Amino acid sequence: MSSTKNSNVANGASNATNEAMIINLYAAADKIYPRSTFGLFTKWRWVMIWLTQLVFYGIPWLEWGQRQALLFDLEARRFYIFNLVLYPQDLIYLTGILIISALSLFLFTAIAGRLWCGYTCPQTVYTEIFLWIEAKIEGDRAARMKLDDAPMSVKKLLKKGGKHFAWIAFALWTGFTFVGYFSPIRDLGSAVVNLGLGPWETFWIGFYGFATYGNAGFMREQVCKYMCPYARFQSAMFDDDTLIVTYDEKRGEPRGKASLKADMDKSKQGACIDCSLCVQVCPTGIDIRKGLQYECIGCGACADVCDTVMDKMGYERGLVKYSTQHAMNMGWDRSQMLRRILRPRVLIYTAILGAIVVALFTSLLMRDSFRVDVVRDRGVMARLADGGMLENVYRLQIMNATETMQRYELSASGIDKLKVESDVADVNKAVTVNSAESRWIPVRLQIPDGSVKSGSHPVEFKVRAVESNELVTEKSVFLVPR
Amino acid sequence: MSDFTSSFWPIFITVISVGGVIGCALLLWLTSKIKATSPNGDNTNGHVWDETLREMNNPLPRWWVWMFIITIVFSLFYFAAYPAIGSYAGKLGWTQVKQYEQEMEAANKTIAPLYAKFAAMPVEELATNPEAKAIGERIFMNNCAQCHGSDAHGSRGFPNLADKDWIYGGDPAKIAETLTNGRVGMMPPMAAAVGTEDDVKNVAHYVLSLSNSDHDATRAVAGKEKFAVCAACHGADGTGNQSMGAPNLADNIWLHGAGEEAIIKRINEGKVNQMPAQGTKFSPEQIHVLTAYVWGLSNNEAK
Repeated sequence: MSSTKNSNVANGASNATNEAMIINLYAAADKIYPRSTFGLFTKWRWVMIWLTQLVFYGIPWLEWGQRQALLFDLEARRFYIFNLVLYPQDLIYLTGILIISALSLFLFTAIAGRLWCGYTCPQTVYTEIFLWIEAKIEGDRAARMKLDDAPMSVKKLLKKGGKHFAWIAFALWTGFTFVGYFSPIRDLGSAVVNLGLGPWETFWIGFYGFATYGNAGFMREQVCKYMCPYARFQSAMFDDDTLIVTYDEKRGEPRGKASLKADMDKSKQGACIDCSLCVQVCPTGIDIRKGLQYECIGCGACADVCDTVMDKMGYERGLVKYSTQHAMNMGWDRSQMLRRILRPRVLIYTAILGAIVVALFTSLLMRDSFRVDVVRDRGVMARLADGGMLENVYRLQIMNATETMQRYELSASGIDKLKVESDVADVNKAVTVNSAESRWIPVRLQIPDGSVKSGSHPVEFKVRAVESNELVTEKSVFLVPR
Repeated sequence: MSDFTSSFWPIFITVISVGGVIGCALLLWLTSKIKATSPNGDNTNGHVWDETLREMNNPLPRWWVWMFIITIVFSLFYFAAYPAIGSYAGKLGWTQVKQYEQEMEAANKTIAPLYAKFAAMPVEELATNPEAKAIGERIFMNNCAQCHGSDAHGSRGFPNLADKDWIYGGDPAKIAETLTNGRVGMMPPMAAAVGTEDDVKNVAHYVLSLSNSDHDATRAVAGKEKFAVCAACHGADGTGNQSMGAPNLADNIWLHGAGEEAIIKRINEGKVNQMPAQGTKFSPEQIHVLTAYVWGLSNNEAK
């Protein structure tokens, strides 16, 4: 029995042939009906599903002061993350997060294969949720296959309709939550109720909902097999000490049907009773007994179901289990195998990852609560002002990344007798900037004419936040004409 | 520009767009079936790399091919609707300019109520309105600061807008007029009318004396008489004439440079100076807001 209804894989090539045969390169995908599983790895997957989804669906509803705790305000170009307000200039933190994500993927993959794919990837998570809904309404694998084969009836229509209704409702809620990260979710909620959604909000809720519905309901393993780039390059992170879902061939073969009642000659027959349950539960429709395959997302469903069979048979568990190629080939025990986790590759990944995490958080903690950019006026090189002063004009852009109005004191240094003047500053040379806003401040630097030789002189602007006493220094130049 | 109006480009575009679609369709059809051999009988084609890496004869999923077909169908609709083939403009008549105009129209509609509110307020009141000030400041920074400086204090040749010295007048109506229509200031070369080189120098010293700048008193006295030709525009007392745009020479503000040398140069060469008109770029409501900002620069009671 195969996991697919009719096998499309060209496995007719069991006899070697040098003759060219014409094969069609575009094959219809066969629907896979994964059977429900229970067991350790399934439990872990559900733990991760609950964890990731509680975070995903819950976080937009959290409030922080007067606003949403996590809000990516694209229109105003401000990212609010709890007590942080990030500007587009803080893009480096996003880069940091992406590097951390990539290195985490490398690390986990090197240790235990496609952990991400099997337990936390949204594609897996939503497929699992959609499969759960499907199983609740249509029944498990056998019932679903029977229903699909059955002619259309009221009962079938109701079941199918009910399933799609539940799927679409769940998918729309997912789309709504997604948009809630970009558009305040409480307002968005009332806009949905009052039918007052904007065109873009409607589009993105629909689009994200459609993607969820399509990917988790229909595309499923096709996404992992043909669309996902991570699935492909993760195999480059594997080595012979990577924990992967493995079939213990030495123990299992030769496989054969077995009965609990009939006496078995255990010397002749392996532990695999060829029940094909490992194939039936596989979400990508492969047979793990053929060894490591690129389709395997490392979900451990086959290991779970095989353990239940081994229990029933009274055999030792672990015919299909997490193991490494070294352990399999060399007959290592568990502790020998796990000791190899601390190999250079893993240690190097961990060290780099640790260093970047520490660097990112240190930089976030030490981040100034405001930014300053200095732009020298290009139109005016230098000019004479009252009192025989030579002046240069600058624009200071001060970006207040706090959520209260701030005062900033301006000063400058670099040339003797350098004076700061600004029409918008008060007598203390201080300016105010509203919460989470940026402001352009025209500033004049003055020196007594003739006090320094002509040319370009480096100067430094110092901007001090009055309240927090933080100081930001920005470089510029002062030009003295001939 | 002529490069893009030649008949070559429509042909080029047609070949690229139509050829691309036909190429895509051909490629799909030609690769739909392959001759495959499997010498080892394991559905691999017998090629081995890196010791163990082998290539399989697995087919592509058909839905993937459908996506290509959908793009081909989409492109046919696109060809009909948008300019893609030769000089055919497309059913929708879309152009970048039209899109820009539509977006501007939509944006103007959203800000219209705000500007209507501003339009009803006199400049004096608007100058203290923080919202209008912020808008005025942005317009100024993006359009005026290039010449007049970010702080509006100007530089040589570009008047200071933050003082009380106005060449054409500093009341709101005059500022709006300057903004809308621009100004062309013209001082003719006066050397011939003034007289000899020495006369010119004397006049320069007289002009310097008007603002109590450093000057040679004897030359200034000698130059006073010759200043009569200047007085036609700058006035007998040299305080200028705003209706003609003749600057005040007695206030020690020198648009084109202070000192004897600079003044002699102006008398000898004259000067044409221009402020470009902004009326074509901005709506009257925007000019109104900008006027209030500029007026507010020198009428700031807090100062």
